Amino acid sequence: MSEEVKTPKLDDLEKGPWPSFVSEIKTAAKTNKMAKDLLGQLEQSYEDKIGHWKHGGIVGVLGYGGGVIGRYSDLPDKFPNVSHFHTVRVNQPAGWYYTSDILRKLCDIWERHGSGLTNMHGSTGDMVLLGTTTDQLESTFQELTAIGFDLGGSGSAVRTPSCCCGQSRCEWACYDTMKLTYDITQHYQDELHRPAFPYKWKFKMSGCPNDCVASIARADISIIGTWRDDIQLVQDEVRNYSKAGLDINRDVVNNCPGKCMDWDGNNLAIENEYCVKCMHCINAMPKALSPGKDRGAAILIGSKAPIMQGAQLSSVLIPFVKLDDEESYKDLYEVFDAIIDLWCEEGKSRERIGEFIRRVGLANFVEAIGLEPTPEMVGAPRDNPYIFYQIEK
Amino acid sequence: MSETVKKRITDIGPPHYEKFLPPVIKANYGKWKYHEILQPGVMVHVSETNAKLFTVRAASPRLLSIDKIRKFADIADKFSDGFLRFTSRNNVEFLMTDETKIPPLIEDLRSIGHPVGGIGPAISNIVHTQGWVHCHSAATDASGVVKAIMDELIDDFTSMSLPGKLRIAFACCLNMCGAVHCSDIALLGVHRKLPEINHDMLPKTCEIPTLSASCPTAAIRPVTIDGKQTVEVLEEKCMFCANCFTVCPSMKLNNSEFDGLSIWVGGKVSNARTEPRFSKLAIPYLPNNPPRWPEAVEAVKNIVDVWKKNARNFERMGEWIDRIGWPKFFKLTDIPFQKEHIDDFKHAGLTYKTSTHLTQS
Ligand code: SF4
Ligand code: SF4
Ligand code: SF4
Ligand code: SF4
Repeated sequence: MSEEVKTPKLDDLEKGPWPSFVSEIKTAAKTNKMAKDLLGQLEQSYEDKIGHWKHGGIVGVLGYGGGVIGRYSDLPDKFPNVSHFHTVRVNQPAGWYYTSDILRKLCDIWERHGSGLTNMHGSTGDMVLLGTTTDQLESTFQELTAIGFDLGGSGSAVRTPSCCCGQSRCEWACYDTMKLTYDITQHYQDELHRPAFPYKWKFKMSGCPNDCVASIARADISIIGTWRDDIQLVQDEVRNYSKAGLDINRDVVNNCPGKCMDWDGNNLAIENEYCVKCMHCINAMPKALSPGKDRGAAILIGSKAPIMQGAQLSSVLIPFVKLDDEESYKDLYEVFDAIIDLWCEEGKSRERIGEFIRRVGLANFVEAIGLEPTPEMVGAPRDNPYIFYQIEK
Repeated sequence: MSETVKKRITDIGPPHYEKFLPPVIKANYGKWKYHEILQPGVMVHVSETNAKLFTVRAASPRLLSIDKIRKFADIADKFSDGFLRFTSRNNVEFLMTDETKIPPLIEDLRSIGHPVGGIGPAISNIVHTQGWVHCHSAATDASGVVKAIMDELIDDFTSMSLPGKLRIAFACCLNMCGAVHCSDIALLGVHRKLPEINHDMLPKTCEIPTLSASCPTAAIRPVTIDGKQTVEVLEEKCMFCANCFTVCPSMKLNNSEFDGLSIWVGGKVSNARTEPRFSKLAIPYLPNNPPRWPEAVEAVKNIVDVWKKNARNFERMGEWIDRIGWPKFFKLTDIPFQKEHIDDFKHAGLTYKTSTHLTQS
């Protein structure tokens, strides 16, 4: 590359013990002119205290309505190599597992066609290839599909589903999160690549109530593993934790939200009927306790960030389902399809399913998709007497 | 390339994950029995068959060059038979069966600037968004503030001396890519000035009914200025959410002088002990002060320090505040309580104090 970019402000962020994104951009900038202009424009932002990207435009690959986010510099004369700097979302393998071999192939593609910069990974879960020009999109796409990768979702579509590592490594996983995630992603390929919904739609799969992928906070459908039978318990191991210094009464029993545990100094008793499957005691004593054997998941619906009517957490739709085989997946898709049909029919533009449910009311919504109301769906029954009674004719 | 690619392949979805799983995982899938944290950033999972899988977790800035990814690939070849994964909080993990390779792996990671940690009662990286690096909506940068905060909190990444887990998240605007609104500490970029309306461009770039409908508080009204159909914003109704900008480029909210960030505390997504909940406002506004945002770093450090000193075992930020009450939180952290702290949007009344459960000290 020709003369070096002066970046006194960003240079400061190369100091310190945490790995530096500035060093990453600089490394790429040594051989890539887009990365070099990105560095220059970012320094300008640090100088001006404002971003220098224009509103995205619609760009993409043939036949897809999403997967690429258009991005344009508002200083194209000064930084011509980022005047077009589009992001490519690549659907990650479930659980974010890779081999060195496949990573090198992905890097080679991105060396040929883009800035050489990535996010591993974006918030939704995709591998994000940061920055390229419109003319490179098709070849990037074709080379990706040639090694078995496809684009992720964007816009008013099914967004790339993601999950925790589940049964691949975690003893607490109550269903196979990676298998279900792969299956859902394949099942909804059309809805993922061709936006036709009122707004975005996210699936997130967590294997247990620890919810490592934050599905309850940011997924339209949150599938969270749980169980129905008794917690598996090894008394000797509980005693070992106690001997090793864990204060079982203070730190475990007194933190139990079901108030269903008793420790007499030698034996731990759990009244499983009142256990709310919060995971605390299991987290605290992983060698002594584990989820029961009758495992499955709770299906919750409707979480989202603030835009537009305010942030929401997902709420319970189906308290428990078994997810042991493809048949059980099909039953789930029937429910999801009923919901999606209703939402596509009745939802307003840019109205997430959670906001739709608040607008029409959970009771009406549940009725419309053919589910019975159950007490698990609410924290408490209503406390206001303004009831829209409907006397049956 | 066009020569070699005959048929265009589409709709294949991601590759099947099984292709990338190490043999020890394939053999023990669904059979893991328990795990133990061996040292900061290192854990072992033990299966019913007594097989062991060692995981070494290293810090990552999320924004990675292909050069660095290739380095990770080389390290994986050297120590973990080429197998690695990334976590939901953007760290990188090496998956191995040979315990003796852990110390030299950690050394190699350190030598390329990636400390190992982030497991157990520790901070496990800050999930964050694009900021000035790559987004048009950003009210602040993301990567820079995160780097500055993690430099400060590095000891809480490389050790395990926190009362409980600490999840910090960063979003550069109210669109909140990622789940920042349910974090122990959330940093959120904010605008504070009315949209700057480009009346010349607006009629050409935006549909006025869509634009009006985009505003959560109905602050946007159609008007005619100099014979042009455009809009105006009712000042008293605007809360600077930038939803209008999302649908219309001619409603610019980015402002170099008045943008900045806010800090929210006490949220969580895990169901452990207490239910998942939103983070609540701690600090309404701090200025954009690049490159290191000292005010934001200091504020986060202070909140973490006070929590560390006062929380009980396992108590997450929000659980600790539940116990001591918000008045004490503001007192202990020495954060001034201001008008902005009191909610005035929908359902605001639910946040008023409706009891005399007051510590009075
Ligand atoms: S959500 Fe539960 S099952 Fe999944 S990785 Fe986290 S602790 Fe394990
Ligand atoms: S999982 Fe939670 S509710 Fe159930 S016994 Fe353990 S601590 Fe109590
Ligand atoms: S949070 Fe807002 S500014 Fe940041 S990346 Fe997302 S949309 Fe862009
Ligand atoms: S910033 Fe938000 S509140 Fe203000 S006019 Fe735009 S959409 Fe309405």
